Amino acid sequence: MSRRVVITGQGAICALGRGADVVQNAMVEGQIGIAPMDFPDVERLHVNIGAQIKDYDSAAHFTKQQISLYDPFTQFALLAAQEAIDQSGLAFEGHLAESAGVILGTAGGGLQTQEENYRNVFLDGKNRVHPFVVPRLMNNSAASHISMTHNLMGPSFTVASACASSNHAIAQATDMVRLGHCDAMVTGGSDSMLCFGGIKAWEGLRVMSKDGCRPFCATRNGMVQGEGAAIFVIEEYQHARARGADILAEIAGSAMSSDASDIVTPNQDGAERAMRGALRSAKVNPDDIGYINAHGTGTTANDKTEIAAIKSVFGAAAAGLRVSSTKSMHGHLIGGTGAVELLAIIKTLRDGVVPPTVGYQKADPDCDLNIVPNVAQAAKVKAALSNAFAFGGLNAVLALRAT
Amino acid sequence: MTTEEQILELIAEQALMDAEDIKMNDTLEDLGLDSLGFVEIVYGIEEAFDIQVPFNANEPEDNEFDISTIQAVVDGVKDLISEKETG
Repeated sequence: MSRRVVITGQGAICALGRGADVVQNAMVEGQIGIAPMDFPDVERLHVNIGAQIKDYDSAAHFTKQQISLYDPFTQFALLAAQEAIDQSGLAFEGHLAESAGVILGTAGGGLQTQEENYRNVFLDGKNRVHPFVVPRLMNNSAASHISMTHNLMGPSFTVASACASSNHAIAQATDMVRLGHCDAMVTGGSDSMLCFGGIKAWEGLRVMSKDGCRPFCATRNGMVQGEGAAIFVIEEYQHARARGADILAEIAGSAMSSDASDIVTPNQDGAERAMRGALRSAKVNPDDIGYINAHGTGTTANDKTEIAAIKSVFGAAAAGLRVSSTKSMHGHLIGGTGAVELLAIIKTLRDGVVPPTVGYQKADPDCDLNIVPNVAQAAKVKAALSNAFAFGGLNAVLALRAT
Repeated sequence: MTTEEQILELIAEQALMDAEDIKMNDTLEDLGLDSLGFVEIVYGIEEAFDIQVPFNANEPEDNEFDISTIQAVVDGVKDLISEKETG
């Protein structure tokens, strides 16, 4: 009998707010976290909007010594992890502590730390850097600090698969529990790349919008970056039940696939294989799925390819699906995005309300499914998919079930 | 080299062909270029002439910058260069 894996804690911080509940409610209300950004040299960018976390004061959460070790992507992950672990009610001690670990997704890691220190040595001509530049910028920094803060001594590492990093991480952590390596894991993702170099690099690709993220809309003109983290405590079902934990949702299955075709252009077949695999792994039929939280970046190519893939996988059942992209509100958190988007699914499964795709102006015949335009829709959803299709052709889809 | 010749050289390099084989009424598709291939050409043009080309890969048919034919691209770049010189 296969072990079932459930979510018993959630935590988040992003442009939509602090706290998983706050973010989920903002999604349902269709709030938009995208606005002009604020950081050094932003005026030299052609794209200057993003879903930035505003009015954030690291000193309100961490000591000076901690901040010298925590890049913003680590700070966000630690805040979200604290919330998730508090909510789960789990204390990591004894065998549980020895077996439980942290698997996170990130794409940029400590990019802000890199940028700051390159400025110091190249631009300002300084010949000395802070001793903790390396431990602050490394991609596993967030996972390591969560493990240290919460006494998690089991398998811990960081997954890098660009925009699919969080979904790969969550799928991997789920398998750890499913296979019996441990009864609980901490998982999710974090990214904070809203700095001059981070946006300048994306600008070069010419896939960024200057005026907003409008997934599946005929007037869409690109993606908008966001930042933040979402972290979850996942747990073996009987373990969670035995201690009377509040079960938020079940991670019923997952699948990963590689396009093996192009480094940036999306591939319908790769997306289809990941969705089909997730359905198979969760043992659900296409018509059991009521909601798909789409990858939905707002680029021309992604959105039409994703809709074509969904139609191919779901056939006649596609007409009854709700498909929304919450990136229109929280932006594209790149390596952290799948984790934040999982919050939308949990909200849907628990409260029967599907967060919308906001910014929607005009129908695109290539995206003619129910994309939940602008306003949340009430719907009793028993199972849902979360899509993530990354640059590099690496895809990971999660299948969630209401409990 | 004239501006037009320089632009054709940049396109030819990306399309893996000789500049003299490019016809002014060719489309990017005729040359086997997709929008992301064209992004590299735009970068080359911007670097060569120190201009900013308002091209977004998401809006192939509805761009601030006309890329419907090679002629349109050449004309657009010449306009941007003269705007820069008079600007």
